[in-house]
Amino acid sequence: MDFLRPASWEEALAAKAEHPTAVPIAGGTDVMVEINFDHRRPEYLMDLNRIGDLSEWEVGEDSVRLGASVPYSQIMESLRAELPGLALASHTVASPQIRNRGGVGGNLGTASPAGDAHPALLAAGAEVEAESVRGTRLIPIDEFYQGVKRNALAPDELIRAVHIKKADGPQQFSKVGTRNAMVIAVCAFGLALHPQTRTVRTGIGSAAPTPIRARAAEEFLNAALEEGGFWDNGKIITPSVARQFADLCSAACNPIDDVRGTASYRRHAVGVMARRTLTWTWESYRGTAARTEGVA
Amino acid sequence: MRVSFTVNGRPQEADDVWEGESLLYVLRERLGLPGSKNACEQGECGSCTVRLDGVPVCSCLVAAGQVEGREVVTVEGLADYAKQRSCGDSCGTSLDEAKGWQAEGTDSQTGEGTELSPIQQAFIDAGAVQCGFCTPGLLVAADEMLERNPNPTDADIREALSGNLCRCTGYEKIMDAVRLAAARQGEAV
Amino acid sequence: MPTNGAPTKITQGSRTKGGIGESTLRPDGTLKVTGEFAYSSDMWHEDMLWGQILRSTVAHAEIVSIDTSEALATPGVYAVMTYDDLPTEVKNYGLEIQDTPVLAHGKVRHHGEPVAIVAADHPETARRAAAKIKVDYRELPVITDEASATAPDAILVHENRDDHHIGHVPHPNIVHRQPIVRGDVGAARERADVIVEGEYTFGMQDQAFLGPESGLAVPDEDGGVHLYIATQWLHSDLRQIAPVLGLPESKVRMTLAGVGGAFGGREDLSMQIHACLLALRTGKPVKIVYNRFESFFGHVHRHPAKLHYEHGATKDGKLTHVKCRIVLDGGAYASASPAVVGNAASLGIGPYVVDDVEIEALALYTNNPPCGAMRGFGAVQACFAYEAQMDKVAGQLGLDPVEFRRLNAMEQGTIMPTGQPVDSPAPVAELLRRVKAMPMPPEREWESSEGVDVRQLPGGLSNTTHGEGVVRGVGYAVGIKNVGFSEGFDDYSTARVRMEVVGGEPVATVHTAMAEVGQGGVTVHAQIARTELGVTQVTIHPADTQVGSAGSTSASRQTYVTGGAVKNACELVREKVLDLGRRKFGPYHPAWATAELLLEGGKVVTDGGEVLAGLVDVLEDEAVEVEEEWRHRPTEAFDLRTGQGNGHVQYSFAAHRAVVEVDTELGLVKVIELACAQDVGKALNPLSVIGQIQGGTTQGLGVAVMEEIVVDPKTAKVKNPSFTDYLIPTILDTPTIPVDVLELADDHAPYGLRGVGEAPTLSSTPAVLAAIRKATGLELNRTPVRPEHLTGT
Repeated sequence: MDFLRPASWEEALAAKAEHPTAVPIAGGTDVMVEINFDHRRPEYLMDLNRIGDLSEWEVGEDSVRLGASVPYSQIMESLRAELPGLALASHTVASPQIRNRGGVGGNLGTASPAGDAHPALLAAGAEVEAESVRGTRLIPIDEFYQGVKRNALAPDELIRAVHIKKADGPQQFSKVGTRNAMVIAVCAFGLALHPQTRTVRTGIGSAAPTPIRARAAEEFLNAALEEGGFWDNGKIITPSVARQFADLCSAACNPIDDVRGTASYRRHAVGVMARRTLTWTWESYRGTAARTEGVA
Repeated sequence: MRVSFTVNGRPQEADDVWEGESLLYVLRERLGLPGSKNACEQGECGSCTVRLDGVPVCSCLVAAGQVEGREVVTVEGLADYAKQRSCGDSCGTSLDEAKGWQAEGTDSQTGEGTELSPIQQAFIDAGAVQCGFCTPGLLVAADEMLERNPNPTDADIREALSGNLCRCTGYEKIMDAVRLAAARQGEAV
Repeated sequence: MPTNGAPTKITQGSRTKGGIGESTLRPDGTLKVTGEFAYSSDMWHEDMLWGQILRSTVAHAEIVSIDTSEALATPGVYAVMTYDDLPTEVKNYGLEIQDTPVLAHGKVRHHGEPVAIVAADHPETARRAAAKIKVDYRELPVITDEASATAPDAILVHENRDDHHIGHVPHPNIVHRQPIVRGDVGAARERADVIVEGEYTFGMQDQAFLGPESGLAVPDEDGGVHLYIATQWLHSDLRQIAPVLGLPESKVRMTLAGVGGAFGGREDLSMQIHACLLALRTGKPVKIVYNRFESFFGHVHRHPAKLHYEHGATKDGKLTHVKCRIVLDGGAYASASPAVVGNAASLGIGPYVVDDVEIEALALYTNNPPCGAMRGFGAVQACFAYEAQMDKVAGQLGLDPVEFRRLNAMEQGTIMPTGQPVDSPAPVAELLRRVKAMPMPPEREWESSEGVDVRQLPGGLSNTTHGEGVVRGVGYAVGIKNVGFSEGFDDYSTARVRMEVVGGEPVATVHTAMAEVGQGGVTVHAQIARTELGVTQVTIHPADTQVGSAGSTSASRQTYVTGGAVKNACELVREKVLDLGRRKFGPYHPAWATAELLLEGGKVVTDGGEVLAGLVDVLEDEAVEVEEEWRHRPTEAFDLRTGQGNGHVQYSFAAHRAVVEVDTELGLVKVIELACAQDVGKALNPLSVIGQIQGGTTQGLGVAVMEEIVVDPKTAKVKNPSFTDYLIPTILDTPTIPVDVLELADDHAPYGLRGVGEAPTLSSTPAVLAAIRKATGLELNRTPVRPEHLTGT
């Protein structure tokens, strides 16, 4: 094993071009476990901690350009207003120690269906800034996840940042685990209201081979909200609409039975979370219940 | 490879480090600092918690090569770290003080006479130590929380320590210890 | 003695400061908070090698061949050993039955069984070399439950059993079976107004101590070996290690290294023999440290169990009879299974008065992971089931569950199903009364003017509910655990106590082989020495095999038995010191001959308080030392047919009240409070007692809602050997645990004390389950309860 310590982004890209099998390591949350438990012996480990820009973010007009290594604890503290869904999701990541070091780049690089950031990114809308010596491209988040722990990166590419749409409405994130802290998602759900475009977007984690959106559910809800004039009249969403939305979210899942939970539970739980997060976000949108957001 | 970094205020160097080694392994097996514990080596228990450039992290998830040139504080340096924090800039940072964690002139069997940080003393006084394997990580995490949040609510304490597993105490005495340290800290100010 | 936050400090009785009854602080506390306490995994030696174990990747298979050549040829590798390299004819070990191969021979019987061992100059070198060992397995069908174990054509897990249980078990795949029959269940059933049956399942729990199995073996110049090890019982290890090495016990020196928790998981050997073998083979010190993955394979677990119960009761709430069958899965090797069976059977109906009883408990041999000792030891599984039954019967009778329990609660004088009378206080009804009387935690604490604090709701930080679907439930349970080794076992401990003047002060040194695993035995030993010898300074000698056996740190027995041995040795030292004083000063003061003499505050005093001499003057440069074995009163084996016999030394009782909030839609549980009342006879160190109760309570909570080793029934392979998927409670899962300690002396025990450590682990689980049942209305016959059970998905 060789340890590469690029001092700059350019050096990192050059090293990745030269050694496409090099495994980037930043927070170490996934990579070090695989090494400690003897699951993986990469030829090259490439430390990204020395590249300062990866830990920085810029808040733009419409989106936040979030460096791949910005730690979750930073997102929770500093980007709560711009990226509320991701901030909530960040708060559910593992433990304070892990949140201090892990960032969204790691979640994207590993592309585990259980990564906590994915549902929030899918719901908010995002693009992954991937770069190689050949150039930069922005990969829409919907096209990024390709299979179980497979993503759209080319072997010579590294994730530099994620461009996430700034919230234009309430966002929520919920995750089911069998412990009240430090737990990998049995399944997770992200929801973002986008009043500007009068759309909703969803993200589902751990309930399919990849993180997914519940597109049929989104389309149903978009239509229902439009038809009922809900965006304008701010009425309470009828229980039947919420229920159907929840059912469609459940139906979007393609889960498995595993040691963390059963497939049927995952489908069920996604439906419950979909209904609840819709209620919370909609109440918030209506501005009548500012207190329903979790404070923790 | 060679890795050079600062541990508890002292420059340290480790040679012939295998590239897959963790910071935890280097501390424990190469630098003679086994205080940080190896309970899970997968970031799930917090017993290896150290401060890396001031931030609490699981040292089992930090590749040794990643700490080149950086500063690490372990439980062995906690008393000194707390002491320097409490006297601010006024007392400087002499090398002798930085070596304080070596605890010379104490009873080797009981450690009596060792200078302790408030959180360390509180853990002993409150009965928060049983087998003690989780203790070093909890101390580093709790000390950092009290630095940030001197008057934590119970829910704050629980959240801050939710990455540190303890199997012996049921956490009640750990809660007592942190409350005690916070109260004593409050009295001292 | 309720606690609410502040550390408890109670001083009573003892007249020398720091004696029994005080919450003195741990002597190892400073070392433990500074990181200087040397745990077994912290051992280090110049020039040491690292050992690595290759484990079977399948559960049941014949080993066709093992090729170690490539591993041996790896640079940095010093030794590779398989079964063929074992030095003597003794190739198996075991606590009671020597059925466990040091390294697999011809066959592996469970997933993760040790097959080969490697020593190399770096752990990574050792790992890579181990990975190069080629093992060719021919897989066999797996035996995973009672049906497959006792099928007519079942493969025998152990082909040629010659242990002392084979004569009375109905099938060679049953390790041990213990029936208990008392009264006439058939007749009693006729009197019953209600009969309630239930089938229960208890999942496999792991001790999950935080300090992984580890140790350092250093070859000695005389051809022997010195092992620094984390264990629960040095002499039991020694007895199993020495024959395999072909060494006399005198040449295997053992020193207790720091132990990072145990809970039963270190009663059996793990890496002890492997490290010694490699050290003797290479002539170099060898360190072995399991990682968490390996730790899940490296020790036995709590027996999973299937339990069938039938309870009968009259309309007025009196139990008529209990009939039960408890099937424990012992896994591939015997470990402590026979004793676990004895406990499950003899404590199988709980702390209740029932005259007509039929109990059957047995442990299977299967290809599942071996199971053995864990805190509560057979009594835990039974308590989960009988307490569920008690609630069901109460429900059928329309009685309050606590009232129904109190109507049937045993008391001093009650006859156990084994025919043994309970001859010390058994305050079962009182404990229930006390736990019920504790104030209830307030409702909806998660809600405030600032909004909802999700940390206090089911799901916690995961933000799954802001109160939706959340229902509160309250449940009660009580349990009975035996203290000490039972069934005729010669359960003794040894203490060496020395008194001398050091630096102008009288100092006592206490030397035992007791394994301090975190419980605080070292604290208590110092307290006993202060109380008995009237000194302030007490040195606790490191535990090793240079002194006689202390027995195991298990069965809630160490304060009783090694504490008793220390007390006894101190008394003998005191007599010698007084004799010395009488010889020196007797002629000058008649009180030396006539008065009752005590040692107090470093002086010899009369019971009237007159100071006769300072200990410094009595001792001068003489040292008084005594080493003595001490035994509790003997017990008897249970009759193999009827289960009758005075099998237990002492019983220990705890009761819990659980308050839970369940997100009934998502099936997530938050335990709000878990109150406990326990009788401890005499709290030698109240702070430690409460720590034990809270810790034991939390382990019971874990197996109620999250902890389970999941074994694939098709392959018998473990599916979650990691802390990512074997979850233990975090501080956010653990509620406040108010404790009410009752002290009713047991006149048979030193200071009247009662073993503390295990009882709270029993009743915690059924109390939580009862509370969840109350919140959900579901039957819930299995633990741990998972979200899919609560949501019917």
